[in-house]
Amino acid sequence: MDSVTSQIRERAKALLSEGKVDVVIGFTEGTIPFTARPVAVAHPEEVECLVWNRFCRLNLASYLRQFKDKKIGIIAKGCDTRSIAILCTEQQVNRDNIYIIGIPCEGMLSRKTLRERFGDTPEKVEIKDDIIEVTTSGKKESVPISNFLDTACRFCIHPNPVVYDEMIDDEVPIRVSQEEHYSLLREFEKKSPDERWKYFREEFSKCIRCYACREACPTCYCEECFVDSLNPKWIDKGFSESDLSIWHLTRLYHQAGRCVECGNCSAVCPVGIDFNVMTQKLSLDALQMFQYEAGMSIDEKPLLQTFKQDDYNDFVM
Amino acid sequence: MPEEFNPKILAFLCNWCSYAGADLAGTSRIQYPPNIRVLRVPCSGRVNPQFLFKAIQVGADGVLVSGCHPGDCHYLTGNYFARRKFLIAKNLLELIGIDPGRVQFSWVSAAEGGKFAEVVKKVTDKVRTLGPNTKMVKKKLEV
Repeated sequence: MDSVTSQIRERAKALLSEGKVDVVIGFTEGTIPFTARPVAVAHPEEVECLVWNRFCRLNLASYLRQFKDKKIGIIAKGCDTRSIAILCTEQQVNRDNIYIIGIPCEGMLSRKTLRERFGDTPEKVEIKDDIIEVTTSGKKESVPISNFLDTACRFCIHPNPVVYDEMIDDEVPIRVSQEEHYSLLREFEKKSPDERWKYFREEFSKCIRCYACREACPTCYCEECFVDSLNPKWIDKGFSESDLSIWHLTRLYHQAGRCVECGNCSAVCPVGIDFNVMTQKLSLDALQMFQYEAGMSIDEKPLLQTFKQDDYNDFVM
Repeated sequence: MPEEFNPKILAFLCNWCSYAGADLAGTSRIQYPPNIRVLRVPCSGRVNPQFLFKAIQVGADGVLVSGCHPGDCHYLTGNYFARRKFLIAKNLLELIGIDPGRVQFSWVSAAEGGKFAEVVKKVTDKVRTLGPNTKMVKKKLEV
């Protein structure tokens, strides 16, 4: 058992038995290969189920609102802490009720890429430093872990917790520069509008409207989503390309200045729509035009709830 | 000779400035292209970017949003908030491939009848060169 896991268990046990928190949200071994399952632990004797590995892909901040009147301990990576900061600024959760155990993150692995490579039924999966060893039908393969990093993690510039009460383990070095962070987007923006539309209509047409992206997103928490609203009815039911485009476009627009690029939406999508270009665009716009980065502090006002008199004006006639 | 393309442009005009500006253009007998369909809104801040997406979906070839100059908003700050929203919405639309120029913004005060006519002319010319919009439009018979 590695040291982070044992430290998490120790701290969770201490917090629960001291009564500092009612529940600890963390990860346990997944029942599906290449995953870790989110779990909420409420008793000190249950902490042994908590683990930390390279499959702890999901953003746990999504679960905070379910425990609204409880004191919550949460195991949080860089992106999780930024989402928590946003939920605090938007007054969805109370910072005083949350105890954040920050963990510097070395980047999580994408289940999709691992599945494509090793299939659904590996016999044994082991991770040793930077090598992943997978045994399938008696044959052992060792591959460098960097081949399977999730897209969002590959371009992550905030792997270390931003807001936290205590931190386990040392900070990790930041692997990508600000400019590299937006490289997917930069590459994409070189295409012509028609090529871009061709790409997006193909991506969006795959959508089966399961709304997993919305459910997984920590900052998608409206009581009634615009897509469910019947009066006004913003978009029709059904699978027309136009409705699907508007659904994704609007959902992403609603994340402007709030998206922390955790990549949850792309990770949970059952048909594999890749939202990373669009989330990068949102973050780049906020940074370039308004010098704003989502979730970097809990005192900052949300991007669209404030303004400056000398905001960028050149696009207006 | 093929008939010239006459775009349909939806214009959201704020009640206090741009709508009055349009009115002034009319009473001053200033000519401007008849391609805009005016929708009066209380403030440019009232325009939810979703209106823009919806307008494109139901077949507008272009969209114009016009409000009071920064600092002149009847509600003091509505257009400042609108400016941030529009910039992000416009950039997203352009990212997914809607041609730049289909969605445009302007500040027109109640005294600027001439400017209003000019803005409409510019927008119409731009959208005319882009041609009919086919992206993200919902086809009538599509189920």
